Amino acid sequence: MAKPTASPVRTGLVHLALIIYTLIALFPVFLTVINSFKDRSSIFRDPLGLPTPSTFSLIGYQTVLGQGDFVLYFQNSFIVTGVSIFFVLLFGAMAAFALSEYRFRGNTLMGLYLALGIMIPIRLGTVAILQGMVAAGLVNTLTALILVYTAQGLPLAVFILTEFMQTVSDDLKNAGRIDGLSEYSIFFRLVLPLVRPAMATVAVFTMIPIWNDLWFPLILAPSDATKTVTLGSQVFIGQFVTNWNAVLAALTLAIVPVLVLYLIFSRQLIRGITSGAVK
Amino acid sequence: MSTVAEVSIDRAEDRHRRRWHILVFLAPALLVYTAVMILPLIETLRLSLFNVKDNQSIFVGFGNFQVLFGDPRWAASFWNALRNNFVFFLIHMLVQNPIGVALAALLSVPKLRFGAFYRTAMFLPTLLSFVIVGFIWKLILSPIWGVSPFLLDLVGLKSLFSPWLGKPGSALIAVSLISVWQYVGIPMMLIYAAMLNIPEEVLEAAECDGVTGWSQFWKIKLPLILPSIGIISILTFVGNFNAFDLVYTVQGALAGPDGATDILGTLLYRTFFGFQLQIGDKSMGATIATVMFLIILSGVCLYLFAIQRRMRRYQF
Repeated sequence: MAKPTASPVRTGLVHLALIIYTLIALFPVFLTVINSFKDRSSIFRDPLGLPTPSTFSLIGYQTVLGQGDFVLYFQNSFIVTGVSIFFVLLFGAMAAFALSEYRFRGNTLMGLYLALGIMIPIRLGTVAILQGMVAAGLVNTLTALILVYTAQGLPLAVFILTEFMQTVSDDLKNAGRIDGLSEYSIFFRLVLPLVRPAMATVAVFTMIPIWNDLWFPLILAPSDATKTVTLGSQVFIGQFVTNWNAVLAALTLAIVPVLVLYLIFSRQLIRGITSGAVK
Repeated sequence: MSTVAEVSIDRAEDRHRRRWHILVFLAPALLVYTAVMILPLIETLRLSLFNVKDNQSIFVGFGNFQVLFGDPRWAASFWNALRNNFVFFLIHMLVQNPIGVALAALLSVPKLRFGAFYRTAMFLPTLLSFVIVGFIWKLILSPIWGVSPFLLDLVGLKSLFSPWLGKPGSALIAVSLISVWQYVGIPMMLIYAAMLNIPEEVLEAAECDGVTGWSQFWKIKLPLILPSIGIISILTFVGNFNAFDLVYTVQGALAGPDGATDILGTLLYRTFFGFQLQIGDKSMGATIATVMFLIILSGVCLYLFAIQRRMRRYQF
């Protein structure tokens, strides 16, 4: 039976609608980036024009790099995000392995307990978290942020990785056991390499909220030495709010790493979402 | 069969001989999660029942809640924040999710070209931090820059422009729509995934029965993606009642103009952490956090017990 083919008009309308929304999604970002390369007067005279040789200016970037400690902020963000992801993946995979591989009393209950954090935001415990960090002397340290983000990322990581680990063949693990591998070697040498795609998905999901978070840096680590790039640009833009060149340049600098990472990982991320990793 | 038997014997031996490795695998995650997330959450709930008098913590029962709901110093801003939060959520449900469903339906048109490009582009705002999103829109909506009046002029609607973010009547709607712009990618992606999972045969059968186009969407696809819409609703609910960052970057901690965009997250921040002349109050902060916890918990429970159970799961 011949399938009814969509009429060209309908296909055209579908594309038109999608293009309009794509423009809505990209336009603000585009506008910010092009204007960050223009001098002040042309930012206002012709906001939509591309930078030309006569209007090109890097004055905003000079201000940002001269005034703000953006290199340090970037470094802090990289450390916090990187270390947190490492611990989320390691601890998450270990717990997921225990939950999916062994049958023990309280297994289901443990799974539910760890899954609680998917729905209940960690932010609600902030009052006591700050209190605890003060008591432990961790205020204004990156360690405080790493601890909080590790705890925040674990529930989803355990949940996703448990589902994936259930698909790893039992024969393989038992073959390893017969060969005399310890349970630890089975986990690190046999299972971990096999769930690498799932780990990548979890890493991307974990990374975005950590990199973008403003709440915990603001409350736990607002000192100059520990500002993350999100908090750093918030404070910087707040101070330079009338210096449009500097604000636009700071925004562009904050967008670029996300954009680069997104272009690298978008396939992974979108496949992760559409394959139902998050249910 | 013999291998299966051996395995189960092996497992049984496992259980008796070397059990403690299970603990080693579980311990790090359990420890961090419990110490940094669960215990502080419980402690926060406990703190909401105490207040500080003469530097001493005393048990006041539900006294803090009475103050929050009824005392003139607190009640007005609390009920204002709660109402705004519901409006914030309502706008997301009415704008973000329908647009997300519509985009997903368009993306799942069979043999669509450039589909991957559209998806990647439309999901980009979701990844940007609130700081970027907040300030970009603040600039765009600013009457000083004149981008929005200029764009409205292009479609002949220049007279409609006003400094929306600065007016008490429109500020909350403007902030909500900025948030919708940022997050529309999530419902779009989840619904798109659900639509991909609808088997070809079901749609072909519908076509044979003459159900195509719009009626196919309403009668076949929509019922099949209802579970996903349920999940999106609860994710939106939790996210909205926990929101803070966007309002903070766009309108500041005071959530101006005149508290028009104040939601529970910003109220919690000001109360607990203090802002300008207001001194931070731990007990009242914990009380607001507890109210937020109860709101989110009841939303999640409503979803789990009332909505998800009634929804038929279609198995293919």
